[in-house]
Amino acid sequence: MLKDKDRIFTNLYGLQEWDIHGAEARGDWDNTKALIEMGSDKIIEIIKDSGLRGRGGAGFPTGLKWSFMPKESDGRPHYLVVNADEGEPGTCKDRDIMRNDPHKLLEGCLLAGFAMGAHVAYIYIRGEFINEARRLESAIISAQKNGYLGKNACGSGWDFNIYVHRGAGAYICGEETALIESLEGKKGQPRLKPPFPANMGLWGCPTTVNNVESIAVVPTILRRGSSWFSGLGRPKNSGTKVFCISGHVNSPCNVEEEMGIPLKELIERHAGGVRGGWDNLKAIIPGGSSVPMIPKSICDTVLMDFDSLSSVKSGLGTAAVIVMDKSTDLISSIARLSKFYMHESCGQCTPCREGTGWMWRVMKRLEKGDADLEEIDTLLDVASQVEGHTICAHGDASAWPIQGLIRHFRSEVEERIINFKKQDIESINNPKRAA
Amino acid sequence: MTVNRKPASSEHQPKEFSFTKDNYELAIKELSKYPENRKASAVIPLLDIAQRQNSNWLPIAAINYVADLLEMPRIRAYEVATFYTMYNLAPVGENLIQICTTTPCALRGSKDIVDVCKKRLNINFGETTSDNKFTLLEVECLGACVNAPVAWIGDEYYEDLSKESMDSIIDQLKKGDLKLSPGSQIGRNGSMPMGQRNSLLDEGK
Repeated sequence: MLKDKDRIFTNLYGLQEWDIHGAEARGDWDNTKALIEMGSDKIIEIIKDSGLRGRGGAGFPTGLKWSFMPKESDGRPHYLVVNADEGEPGTCKDRDIMRNDPHKLLEGCLLAGFAMGAHVAYIYIRGEFINEARRLESAIISAQKNGYLGKNACGSGWDFNIYVHRGAGAYICGEETALIESLEGKKGQPRLKPPFPANMGLWGCPTTVNNVESIAVVPTILRRGSSWFSGLGRPKNSGTKVFCISGHVNSPCNVEEEMGIPLKELIERHAGGVRGGWDNLKAIIPGGSSVPMIPKSICDTVLMDFDSLSSVKSGLGTAAVIVMDKSTDLISSIARLSKFYMHESCGQCTPCREGTGWMWRVMKRLEKGDADLEEIDTLLDVASQVEGHTICAHGDASAWPIQGLIRHFRSEVEERIINFKKQDIESINNPKRAA
Repeated sequence: MTVNRKPASSEHQPKEFSFTKDNYELAIKELSKYPENRKASAVIPLLDIAQRQNSNWLPIAAINYVADLLEMPRIRAYEVATFYTMYNLAPVGENLIQICTTTPCALRGSKDIVDVCKKRLNINFGETTSDNKFTLLEVECLGACVNAPVAWIGDEYYEDLSKESMDSIIDQLKKGDLKLSPGSQIGRNGSMPMGQRNSLLDEGK
């Protein structure tokens, strides 16, 4: 279990002041100048060595991503864009960072921005987070007043500004190129890659998009050293992570824990255990709605990190743990997610635009059982045709929950179809009783 | 399609729209975040300002006004206004209640919350009460899942809802006097677990 002294987000619950005085008391903005003076190569090297992998879902090594930015500017400005469009069902960690520890994010922006040669960062925050956006704006103003941001930020000689940009309600803008489109004032429709944002991003300039948590942990890693961070967790899955535990647990919560903590321990220690006890568990979606669910038998032993979860055909995603106990109608839960993906499809690629709606309609029938047994395979077939055939990962994300359901709970889906048929026959033979 | 996603009919559309002096200044402040030649980037925040000025809905005249102000083709601004779900393209009630029903909220009983709203207001999703006081909408994940179920009213989230707390929120809104503070309705601190906590034990004593 992670010790309190190794936690990065010491104000995760907002028990202390979120403002600049609280932040300074927690060690933020403490001699940031010295960190900048290490130079950009050194900063990128430390982040690479720390093993930090992107905290927004895909888990791409953060330091490596930064190194894709051109070393020298060809005249075009460089941009850092922070992805705060948090909307993956189950996930609510970035909100806590922004409302309770905004200065960690701002300091991280300065350090990451400097390392990539950017003088400007945009924080793209989902439109619904109105109060969190206000808090960020106010934190930026006080950081500017203290000389931490603006001209000659922290006395380092590097000019750096941060702007908050509110979205307006579109899950797809969490996809990095859709986010860039949106920031340019367009519909949030993902771009074909290449060119990658590091070459042609915001307004055609070199851009790196990072998740809030990935950026907010940077100052602490630089202060405590890469070996401290990489010493936590497991190889290639290092560090700490904010987990969001929702659904059927006794006390849902966010908590920062060590990567690789056993799923069972995470839930029992921090979220008060599964409602009705561990044996009442049916399945868990371990990394936000986009990753396939895993049944209790896997939950018993699985570790919470990228590689452990992908070895059981799921994923760490955003580390949003959605717990479902035995009372859950899994088919209905996944059908609701299908509706979500249909609603949030940007409409650009045909397989996703048409497929998400089609899959939802079939899921609605499976929920009742009003289908033929063969349709389960048809559904899987269509899901596999959506998966991997779209510009962005939204198509994949819409297919995976369904694939996870059928992989582990096919018998439940079949049973419902068979029961529905039985009732159907009964109502034909005995119309009065059915009425 | 729900009432707010389809542009209002022409008799409801005002002929003209322009920012008030204060809102114009706000708009200029937003514009200053982007390079001089990238004005279109401010379209999302400016449409939001316009919507707030116009009783929480966005008439076509306002979209045109913002597009002209940002020197962008009007069609691009229409695209934005119709793509993003926070823009209401037709009048909505004084209180816009949006309930999250995505799976994490559903697991924690959002259906009960929806039922309370529908019963108390006597409307379905996408409808407005005849006295124009309430509009009820279903919304996708609001990003407050450990505090489920969640309702989004005005600029605030009401979290950890129960049938009773939703009922009393509606009571107070009906009286035009919402006294309940936003956030958790069971008195917990943000996303902190209720009862025993096993992290950050030295903090905030």
